[in-house]
Amino acid sequence: MMLIPCPYCGPRNVTEFEYGGDANARRPRDVDTAAAPTWNDYVYLRDNPRGLHDELWQHHAGCRRWIAVRRDTVTHEVVASAAPGELPPR
Amino acid sequence: MRVRKRANYWGLSGVHPLTLAWQSWCYCGSLLTRFPVKYSIFSLARNALSNHVNWPRAWRSPPPRSEYDVVIVGGGGHGLATAYYLATVHGITNVAVLEKGYLGGGNTGRNTTIVRSNYFLDANAHFYEFSLKLWESLSATLNYNVMYSPRGVLNLAHSYADLEAHARRGNAMRVNGIDARLLNRDEVAQYVPLLDCSADARYPIMGGLLQPRGGTVRHDAVAWGYARAADARGVDVIQQCEVTGFRRSGNRIEGVETSRGYIRAKKVGLAVAGHTGHVASLAGLKLPIETHVLQALVSEPVKPILDTVVTSGAVHFYVSQSDKGELVLGGDLDFYNSYGQRSNLPPVEHAIQALIALFPSFSRLRMLRTWGGVMDMSMDGSPIIGKTPIANLYMTAGWCYGGFKATPASGWCLAHTIAEDRPHELNAAFSLDRFASGHTLDEHGSGPFPWRH
Repeated sequence: MMLIPCPYCGPRNVTEFEYGGDANARRPRDVDTAAAPTWNDYVYLRDNPRGLHDELWQHHAGCRRWIAVRRDTVTHEVVASAAPGELPPR
Repeated sequence: MRVRKRANYWGLSGVHPLTLAWQSWCYCGSLLTRFPVKYSIFSLARNALSNHVNWPRAWRSPPPRSEYDVVIVGGGGHGLATAYYLATVHGITNVAVLEKGYLGGGNTGRNTTIVRSNYFLDANAHFYEFSLKLWESLSATLNYNVMYSPRGVLNLAHSYADLEAHARRGNAMRVNGIDARLLNRDEVAQYVPLLDCSADARYPIMGGLLQPRGGTVRHDAVAWGYARAADARGVDVIQQCEVTGFRRSGNRIEGVETSRGYIRAKKVGLAVAGHTGHVASLAGLKLPIETHVLQALVSEPVKPILDTVVTSGAVHFYVSQSDKGELVLGGDLDFYNSYGQRSNLPPVEHAIQALIALFPSFSRLRMLRTWGGVMDMSMDGSPIIGKTPIANLYMTAGWCYGGFKATPASGWCLAHTIAEDRPHELNAAFSLDRFASGHTLDEHGSGPFPWRH
C-alpha cells in the first residue's frame, strides 16, 4: 500500500491516482524545427532510475489535478510533491 | 514491392525443417556424453541404492577468471540459455555467466510459468513459435525435466468486440502456421467446467481463443537445466557476483567491474530483465524502457480443478494450476515505475476478485504466497534483442511481462547475435533503433506509454 501526498488533498491511497510517467520528459519547444533525434529522446528514451524518480500522477478520485511527485523507486518513499514543474531542484 | 517469404511450419522462412532437426540431434547427442552423470531411470535407481548421497553437483560454481571471450550479465533463464547456445550452436565455450544473487532468483523464479505463441504481429508470432518448438523438446535436449505441459492457453471473450479481436488474432496465427481455435460459449463451458458461463455471470462469457499447444513449464527447472548443460560444456556459472560498472575504451567495453573483482571481456551480453535500465546506465546508455512491478500469487495446493490456462484481457487476469496443486494467478502491473521486487495489496485484491468472479467455487481457497518481479516495460510492448550503440555490447531486454515463454528463443537469438555480431532473422525486427526509425511492434496499439502495454 502506498500513500501519495497530494499537495491539495493530503496523503491518499495510490488507488485514487492515475500514473502519468516521467515528469522530466520535456517536449521540444521548437515543435516545427526540432530534429528527429530530439523527438526520439522525448517520446521514447527515459532515465528509468533505480532510486529517486520525478513522476506525474493525476488524482482522479480526488481533486482531479495533475501533480508531480519525487519518489524512490526501490523503497517507494515519497520525498516531495508539488504542482507539475514545481518540484525543488535535487 | 518486395514479396516476403511466408513462414514455413517451423516459423522460419529460410531453414529447412530437416536441417533444424539434424542440428538439434547433433548437439543433443554431443551434449549427453558430457554430463558427469546422465539423468535417467538407471541413474535414479543406482543412486537410490546409496541413499542419494552420490549425486554430483549440477554445476561447478568456479571462481571467476580474469578474462573471458564472452561475459553474460544475468544468470536467469535468458542469460543461461544464451551461454548454452553459444557453447552448443556456435562452439564458444570461454564464457562466464555472472549472477548477482542466486541462479534464477530474478524473474525466472517469479513468473507464472505460462508458455504460448498466440501473437498477432508477424515478427512476434515467428519468434515465440520458434521458442515454443524449442520448449517442446527441451527436456530431452537438456537431459533435465522442465515439465513442459501443453495444456492449452484460453483467452476468454466477454463481448462481440472481444470475439472479433480474437478471431482476427487467431486468423493471423493460422496464417503464420500456429495452432489456434475459436471456441463458442458452450465449448468454453465444456473446456473449463468450473468457469461461470451462466447468463448472469459477472463477466459474461461469449467464447474464447484457444492455443492447444500453449501451456506451462516449470520455471526454476529451466534455469537449472540450462546451467547444468552449459556448465557441462565449460561455461563458468558464477553466482553472488554483481556487475557494478563497465570499463570502456572508445566505443568498446574492455571489461566489467564486479563485486568479485574486475573481469576482462571481448564481448558482453546483458540479460538482466527488470534491471536493464539500471545496468545499461552504468554503460552510459538511455533506453526506451521503464521498469515496473508485476505481482503474482498462489493458493493453497488442492486436487486437480483446472487443467488449462485461462486468461482474460478485459478483466486483466489469468490463472492456471501447478502440478503441485496450487492455483497460480496474476493480473495487472502496479502501473508505476518500481524496482521493488515485492507485492502489495491492491493488485492482490484485484486478482482475487477476478478469480472469484470467474470461478465462484474457488472462493474458499486460501492464498499461500504473494510476490513481485520487476520487468522492462518497453515503449512498444515488444522485446529488444540485439546490438547496442556500444560495439561489443549486446542485450536481450524489454521483455515486459512476457519474457519467460521466450527463454529458449531469446538465448538462441542473443547467442547468434553475439557470435556473428549481427542479429538472427528471428530477432532482426527487435532492434533497439526501431523506435527512432518508426518500426515499432505495438501488439495492443497503446503507444509510447510503457505501463499500458
